[in-house]
Amino acid sequence: MAETASNDGFVVFDRVQKSYDGVNLVVKDLNLSVGRGEFLTMLGPSGSGKTTCLMMLAGFETATHGDILLGGNPINNIPPHKRGIGMVFQNYALFPHMTVAENLAFPLEVRKMGKSVREEKVKRALDMVQMGEFGGRRPAQLSGGQQQRIALARALVFEPELVLMDEPLGALDKQLREHMQFEITRLAHELGITTVYVTHDQTEALTMSDNVAVFDDGRIQQLAPPADLYEKPENSFVAQFIGENNTLEGVVTEMKGDICTVQLDDGEILDATPVNVSKVGERTKVSIRPERVEFSKDRLQEGAHLLKAEVKEFIYMGDVFRTRLKVAGNDEFVIKSRNAPDQVRLEPGNQIEIGWLPEDCRALDA
Amino acid sequence: MSDATTDAATGGPVLAADGTPLKRSLARALRRQKWRALMLIAPLLTFILLTFILPVADMLFRSVENSIVEETLPRTVVALADWDADSGELPSEAVFAAMAADLKEAATAKTHTKVGGRLNYESPGISSLFRKTGRKAKKFDLEAGGPWKEALIDINDGWGEHENWRTILTYSSTYTAGYYLNAIDMQVGTNGAEMRPEDERIYMKLLKRTLWMSCLITFACIALGYPVAWLLANLPMRTANVLMILVLLPFWTSLLVRTSAWKILLQQQGVINDVLVWIGLVADENRLVMINNQFGTIVAMTHILLPFMILPMYSVMQTIPPTYLRAAKSLGATNWTAFWRVYFPQTIPGIGAGSILVFILAIGYYITPALVGGTKGTFISNEIARHISSSLNWGLGAALGAILLVVVLGLYWAYDKIVGIDNVKLG
Repeated sequence: MAETASNDGFVVFDRVQKSYDGVNLVVKDLNLSVGRGEFLTMLGPSGSGKTTCLMMLAGFETATHGDILLGGNPINNIPPHKRGIGMVFQNYALFPHMTVAENLAFPLEVRKMGKSVREEKVKRALDMVQMGEFGGRRPAQLSGGQQQRIALARALVFEPELVLMDEPLGALDKQLREHMQFEITRLAHELGITTVYVTHDQTEALTMSDNVAVFDDGRIQQLAPPADLYEKPENSFVAQFIGENNTLEGVVTEMKGDICTVQLDDGEILDATPVNVSKVGERTKVSIRPERVEFSKDRLQEGAHLLKAEVKEFIYMGDVFRTRLKVAGNDEFVIKSRNAPDQVRLEPGNQIEIGWLPEDCRALDA
Repeated sequence: MSDATTDAATGGPVLAADGTPLKRSLARALRRQKWRALMLIAPLLTFILLTFILPVADMLFRSVENSIVEETLPRTVVALADWDADSGELPSEAVFAAMAADLKEAATAKTHTKVGGRLNYESPGISSLFRKTGRKAKKFDLEAGGPWKEALIDINDGWGEHENWRTILTYSSTYTAGYYLNAIDMQVGTNGAEMRPEDERIYMKLLKRTLWMSCLITFACIALGYPVAWLLANLPMRTANVLMILVLLPFWTSLLVRTSAWKILLQQQGVINDVLVWIGLVADENRLVMINNQFGTIVAMTHILLPFMILPMYSVMQTIPPTYLRAAKSLGATNWTAFWRVYFPQTIPGIGAGSILVFILAIGYYITPALVGGTKGTFISNEIARHISSSLNWGLGAALGAILLVVVLGLYWAYDKIVGIDNVKLG
């Protein structure tokens, strides 16, 4: 759901639209406000408009309509080099013909800072990313993770108030990526910089951000802190896109305050929290997280609606068990249970009954 | 550092599974591959050997080879060895007798004109001396004919001239530096090698002009080609392809047609002059001279060599992602700074490759300077061609060619020292 941007944010998109060809809108009516010091992640599938938004903010693309404000001032007509926004690129874009120190000194040189000041700042920035002794190397002599750190240091060395990152960890392996996620968040919070981060990796978005804006089809589908995004998705796109999710389709048969009753297409009944549904008779997609599904009766509430399920597959994943069930005609229904000593290991062919708390089950738009 | 070296350091050669040294086993395993590779390149290797390496070697040999004098006048060369050229006296009777014998033999074999022609390069006029004497030499009676000193001088005064004998002595050895001395405007005088008189120095001037004009052409190509290469690398595919066809179009047109087209454009009654006169920029009686001089050569050759500059620059620019410029701008650089500090340094390998190509092609260019160069715009290659095909002084042509080769190799070496040859990229 697009919110109306409040104009007190540090970075504000006010009814921004963007079209490349004059026929299709890549960004449709974007309203977004990022507070000072906030770490905001733009998350979305490729082609959802998130990178375009970042490029408009950096000044490499111009908005077709609407205003972008930085610290209260419109920046639509300010060229990129005068915006003073630090940026980390997907492939780092470290200048290959310069040493690491020269790369870092570049933004200071173009700001006409003296040599001693430059050296001081470069040294501090290198120390900040623990790359102090690499100043004399060329980017090509560094590993991917080291290049990533240098790119980060270069974006921060001229002390910008806003840093943009365009999928900066995409090229790193899993372990390094997790380490850098932590480093980046730590630095951003220590330095109190406002960060706008673009990624298509939801884990990255959830672990790093204060707020996540989920993009799809040129619109922000939901803007919320990570926990809300995961636990309280506001529409079925967000529910599907963030984390693993089970979907059952049906019709609302009863609305009772915070709880509605949904009749699934094969006739079974369940309770859910109405989110995007308002009246009886509406079609809905019901969303339940795999780890919130229960199958041992003693953990379920009295009187909760239960569904019949048949175990199709049991996958041992170490810390969790992942069980695939056939529920209400859908045989892609997944449940996850913690590998605890008393946990039941289901076997294919078992007939069980599953249920959940109504607040974990959200009736969303169909 | 690596495992292999530490293995070797612990003592003894590394052994393969069957106990033979690993190196030998590896060499055996690779031998078949090497042979196959050699067989694959063999046809080209033979071709290059026959059509390039051997002719170049032959040319280098010809530039110092001088056996004709020794072969045609063997007795004279031996007899003349004792003569002191600085004594001021003519050689002894024995030398003249030897010359008579040699000439008789040479005239019978009809080789006397060749040796005359050879010596004529060094001392103009000596050719006719041999030709005229040769006519009578066939009838020389070697037993009774003497004394040969008077007899020869009687046939032609040239035999009494000290300088002619000095020339024969100087060029009697099998190998000579004479062609090279000639090629750098020097000659062998009374005190060894010396510069030729000012008005006879032509080759050094021509070589300097060739180098200078090649530099100008190279710079003109860089200046004109750089923006085009940039456009090619940054335009959308479809437009870039059309532009690329335009760049390559000259390649598909005959060199002669292109050069003739420049003649039509640049001559005094040509298109450009007509237009300038018509719009009143130039008076009809002061039409610009743009052809048959250096200007014409530079314009036509820049046009012809431009694709050789654009293509390597384009292929290097293509590999530079646009994010570098964006990164520079996001760091606060103006468009110009971003270009000059970030983009341009990365294109230097392309400029280097293009410059080497264009410069080396230009320095040896022949047809275009010959057609549009007039007298002031010709290159050293035109002089080489003249010696090879019309004056038939192959030795001098070869010496000039060898000097050109050395200059090019020298420049290549200097380029490697200054810019580094691994900095050259064709893509």
